[in-house]
Amino acid sequence: MLIKNSSDIKSSDITDESVYLRRREFMQTTAGIALLPFVKMVAAKTEETLPYIKNAGLSSKEKLTDYSAITTYNNFYEFGTDKESPAKYAGRLTTSPWSIVIDGEVNKPGRYQLEDILNPHTLEERIYRLRCVERWSMVVPWIGFSLADLIKRFEPTSRAKYVQFTTLHRPAEMIGQQRGVLQWPYVEGLRIDEAMNPLTMLAVGLYGKVMPNQNGAPIRLVVPWKYGFKSIKSIVRISFIEKEPPTSWNLSAPSEYGFYSNVNPDVDHPRWSQRKERRIGEFLRRNSLMYNGYEEQVAHLYKGMDLKKYY
Amino acid sequence: MMLNLTRFWNRFGKLLVFTLCLLPFVILVVQLLTNALGANPIEAFTRANGEWGLRFLLMTLAMTPLRLIIRRSWPLRFRRMLGLFTFFYVCLHLSSYIVLDQFFDWTEIWADILKRPFITIGMTAFVLLIPLAVTSNKVMMRRLGRNWQRLHRLVYVIAICAVLHFFLLVKADLYQPIVYAVILILLLVYRLLRLCTSQYRP
Repeated sequence: MLIKNSSDIKSSDITDESVYLRRREFMQTTAGIALLPFVKMVAAKTEETLPYIKNAGLSSKEKLTDYSAITTYNNFYEFGTDKESPAKYAGRLTTSPWSIVIDGEVNKPGRYQLEDILNPHTLEERIYRLRCVERWSMVVPWIGFSLADLIKRFEPTSRAKYVQFTTLHRPAEMIGQQRGVLQWPYVEGLRIDEAMNPLTMLAVGLYGKVMPNQNGAPIRLVVPWKYGFKSIKSIVRISFIEKEPPTSWNLSAPSEYGFYSNVNPDVDHPRWSQRKERRIGEFLRRNSLMYNGYEEQVAHLYKGMDLKKYY
Repeated sequence: MMLNLTRFWNRFGKLLVFTLCLLPFVILVVQLLTNALGANPIEAFTRANGEWGLRFLLMTLAMTPLRLIIRRSWPLRFRRMLGLFTFFYVCLHLSSYIVLDQFFDWTEIWADILKRPFITIGMTAFVLLIPLAVTSNKVMMRRLGRNWQRLHRLVYVIAICAVLHFFLLVKADLYQPIVYAVILILLLVYRLLRLCTSQYRP
């Protein structure tokens, strides 16, 4: 057996403790400087930070879910049905240039460039709970603005009773769309009063950074009191319409996913209970909350409605 | 050389296959402990064990056709081991659901069994597996005689339940359960065809 003599290590080889303790910093400055142009090129999009103000009033004070979990555990069937697929394949999506068609019952319809859509809005950070219909949940610091503020700019008419949203359909880049798992493009909708609720937001980033592709870049909806699939990603069209629009999961399994899909622990999914959820990063399940804990802000929208019927 | 290989196979074949069968479990435990199972490790662990249970079940069922096709008897030597590994992974799958997923929330588990068809069916498959695992040894084989084979035909019911269990829990993408279903159908059709042809043979 070979026993290395301890004198093999010269004292000059030993890293000074103070340097060792600051090794991350050291890496970032020394090696970092050399690598910076390269790193910047690769990660330019997702690492780009956004200017924003914090909206504490609308933010949860719960512990945030890790950035890595939020960006590697996704349901975004346009990139495949496994949770890891979006993080793997969404990189090839081109998000610039990006335009959104606004049409239907509005005074200012048209195709707008994303920059023009975003320009007048001040970005806010809002920390929302996200509850997936599959019984897991996260706490996400979104960056975005109220959908209501955008809607007002385009002046919907009195006949605009619903808002329909459509995701990009580009099978060459969204490889999940090459299989007919769902009807493409993905569509979602809200009643106009739901869309105008102050909680409803359009998000363009999270954790202070530009929205990663796998989370719905460049712009997505966030409706925190509804199951996650209502919060449609990579939006290319917003239509104002009179009748309730079709929605993708409802088309796929009407008895399982309703138009409203409000988080409701008392109404089971036909195949599983919705009473509890696993917060990603936690071991024990926690009880799910009515309207995902946003009862105070949204319960009035559904007054008198039979929530078992309008699931 | 050839002879040596045969001797090696006869001697260490079982040990080799046993080790291979245990490998998924070892890898999964290492992944679980090193946090390499993604953001929702409990779901990933439960699901992986379930899938391995199903894979071993289909491998067990493939041994008889394999023996008949290649006209060698060695596949039968591994059938019991594969069957017991099926039981092993199914036990892990179930305990992962009870311990890690539900954390002994018996009311919720009981409600699941009664109300959720995929859990009802999965639990049925598990319960039916128990007598097969218990009677898998030579002593029980001898004691049961002809009834042993009758009892072990339950494996077909179990396999159908297992595939159905997978079908019913998937949200929209049926690709994976379909793959398992096709393999099971092939294995069952092979047996049916043989049964028919041997019956009508003069």
